[in-house]
Amino acid sequence: MQKARYTLTAIAIHWGMAILLIALFVVGLYMHELKFSPLKLQIYAWHKWAGVTAFILVMLRLAWRLKHRPPALPWTMSKMTKLGAHIGHGMLYLLMIAIPLSGWLMSSAKGFQTVYFGVLPIPDLLSKDKALGDALEAVHMILNYSMAAILVGHIGAAIKHHVVDKDDVLRRMLPWRTR
Amino acid sequence: MNIKVWASVIGGLMLASGAQATEFTSIQNDKSSLHFVYKQMGVPVDGSFNKFNAQLAFDPSKPANAKVDFELNLASIDAGSDEANDEVSGKSWFNTKVYPKATFASTAVKQLAANRYEVSGKMTIKGRTQMITAPFTFTPQGNTAKVDGSFVLKRSEFAIGEGLWADFGTVANEIQINFHFVANARK
Repeated sequence: MQKARYTLTAIAIHWGMAILLIALFVVGLYMHELKFSPLKLQIYAWHKWAGVTAFILVMLRLAWRLKHRPPALPWTMSKMTKLGAHIGHGMLYLLMIAIPLSGWLMSSAKGFQTVYFGVLPIPDLLSKDKALGDALEAVHMILNYSMAAILVGHIGAAIKHHVVDKDDVLRRMLPWRTR
Repeated sequence: MNIKVWASVIGGLMLASGAQATEFTSIQNDKSSLHFVYKQMGVPVDGSFNKFNAQLAFDPSKPANAKVDFELNLASIDAGSDEANDEVSGKSWFNTKVYPKATFASTAVKQLAANRYEVSGKMTIKGRTQMITAPFTFTPQGNTAKVDGSFVLKRSEFAIGEGLWADFGTVANEIQINFHFVANARK
């Protein structure tokens, strides 16, 4: 049987964003607990710049994805499992868009404009409003924990495909060829 | 009438209005504001002070005789976030326990143009005194007047933000101060 792999572009975007998003998540958890200091302000700025970058990348990724269908899921999967996989991937894309947007809106509502790399100001959609800022902080957090939960499912499913189903779903996304 | 006559008439009117000129002596705290803008990681952040007071002796027609004394309660700061407010009262910033107030005492006021003046004087913050010059507009409206001006203060000159904060990479040295006062004429 022909083993359909993802294209190199798809593989590069997938793993590149995986690293960026996991780093953003971990840094986000870390910086929130830091004592107020220049380092904290610097890390917040870097986190915002990386978040804007992630948003731009997901937009490019979606544009690319519209014109390049991924290889089909294995025929051995049931209709329900396939549906589950599509919903899971859809949720991941949705969160990849919603999380940076919520971060940007939260920052505006807290009175801190996002200035990309310290030079390109991104307009504030919201004006300063403490209550709204706190609400958006909760939204940003909930969306992130949702993403983390779905990611656990995503990784679990990939491992299950590889170990239990013994199909090529994980292998075809790996950057290196296995066989 | 020729030009000379007109000139003397106008001069006479100006003298007459000068004679009636009012002296402004206080500010309306509830209608006055003191805002500032500082850059943090390249991001302009707005802040303000809520408690301040000023005593004036300002007659717009005699700026040379003017005197301004200004006092600011540093604990009344809003530096843009709760975290920042807690931080700036501390020792590295304003050290408000030891230095609760900033003061300004004018040494000279001069007129730049119609309704435009410039005040120079001694600004004291955190035990350090520096000369400051600020241009402002003065717009009289009956018994009150609007005073609007701004200047740039360098935080390093007053040791505002020491130690970890002394570097300007995170918080810039220049702080833009914008003041808007409503002054009252002597009653």
